[in-house]
Amino acid sequence: MDAAALVPCTMQVNGDARTCAITPATTLLEALRYTLGLTGSKQGCDKGDCGACTVLVDGVPTLSCLTLALACDGRAVTTVEGLADKGVPHPLQDAFDRTGGAQCGFCTPGMLMSAYALLQREAAPTRDEISHALSGNLCRCTGYTKILDAVELAAAELRERAK
Amino acid sequence: MLTLPAFAWSRPQSVEDALAVLAAHPGECLIVAGGTDAVPNLKHRLHEPRRLVHLGGIGELRGIRAGDAGLEVGALVTLTELASHPHVREHFPGVVTAAAHVASPQIRNMGTVGGNLCLDTRCTYYNQTFFWREALGFCLKKDGTRCHVVPQGKRCVAAHSSDVAPVWIALGAEVEIASRDADGAVSRRSIPVEAFFVGDGVHNNVLAPGELVTRVLVPGAAYGLRTSYRKLRPRAAIDFPMLSVAVAVRGDAARIEELRVVVSALGAKPRTLGGLDAIVAGRAHDAALAEAVGAVAHKQCHPLSNVPYDTDWRHDMVPVFVKRALADALGVPA
Repeated sequence: MDAAALVPCTMQVNGDARTCAITPATTLLEALRYTLGLTGSKQGCDKGDCGACTVLVDGVPTLSCLTLALACDGRAVTTVEGLADKGVPHPLQDAFDRTGGAQCGFCTPGMLMSAYALLQREAAPTRDEISHALSGNLCRCTGYTKILDAVELAAAELRERAK
Repeated sequence: MLTLPAFAWSRPQSVEDALAVLAAHPGECLIVAGGTDAVPNLKHRLHEPRRLVHLGGIGELRGIRAGDAGLEVGALVTLTELASHPHVREHFPGVVTAAAHVASPQIRNMGTVGGNLCLDTRCTYYNQTFFWREALGFCLKKDGTRCHVVPQGKRCVAAHSSDVAPVWIALGAEVEIASRDADGAVSRRSIPVEAFFVGDGVHNNVLAPGELVTRVLVPGAAYGLRTSYRKLRPRAAIDFPMLSVAVAVRGDAARIEELRVVVSALGAKPRTLGGLDAIVAGRAHDAALAEAVGAVAHKQCHPLSNVPYDTDWRHDMVPVFVKRALADALGVPA
């Protein structure tokens, strides 16, 4: 398909089939923010350094600023908007609030998605495992400590709920 | 906000289809897999292709297979998959360490073995926005005529920055390349990973336009080698190497039979140290031996100011990292 043509791209976004018309030179982040109106994922460095644009593609943490939207045609994308359940914050979101893990908040959507993917595969991660899982998400406010506290708190809450 | 330039799009479903697309649009295509290197470079206008050929739909390029002939790693295997594969973890810890040290978790989830081999070379004066490069009058590697690293230099010295390639070289691995002749017949050839790279920072591998990396093949003879990888970088969380060292040893700390040391992130091509057998063959690992190997590395390796860190310091770190990597491979304290 040629460079200027708008082509349809259908993704399962937060559980809903969403179709957008985009050019091939559209990143997943641009499709989410500017075509589908999902502005939770943040446009930070826009070149893969900061992690603020992290979303899950088929459950795997992915930098949406470096992902071409057409490469996600037919795939499942989860953004920070997909974490809350009918308006009730996810335990991770609640924990970030309670520990002060979000200050300016710009890195938070990416932090939440990396942390969410970690807790999906590991119910009781160690502090080192959390730190490692979040190592691709930069924060310039918190010094990270409160973010790590938040993930530990959310993990404990989720384990409690699973009992 | 960094936008992409306009490009047409192809998403072939087989190697044959991909080669046909490349042949139909000669000189116009950029091959993309994970996109972690190509996409930022496109945003910086370092590549200006008319068409992107996305490999994500080619199932045959996925998967890791261990057989009698050795290990086959598909070009689309992600670095996360490589670093977590049980067979690779058991036999090739150096590969695991190198793959696990690439950038960040998200980039390892996206970045592929083939893309990591074909990673564009990097330089302080190249990996910048168009605006930045234009202000300096561009450089040899892209759009300009002079090198800002070696001002009188005629050859680009941008740094080879793949983490895994030095370990593949130390293991004697081969890379399989698919190509298509004028009649449309598809053929595949394998060459040593070491021979894949050339000392030209503008295009530091032998891949011709229209060719595709399909697999990495680790020979059966590589089983039993003890491998390790050490990387010097500014931040442990995410950074390209400013010095990287891969080691493969046959034997053990009590008696080293054979030693291969590959040092990279200095110039356009990884450097395999020469003359090591005379120092190590048949000897036990001790402080004197490590010093001797480190001294060879210091003499043969010459960092340039192609990455933004002190050149003399990087040079001094070469023997330090070689000694540490050797100790890692042998499982002894550095």
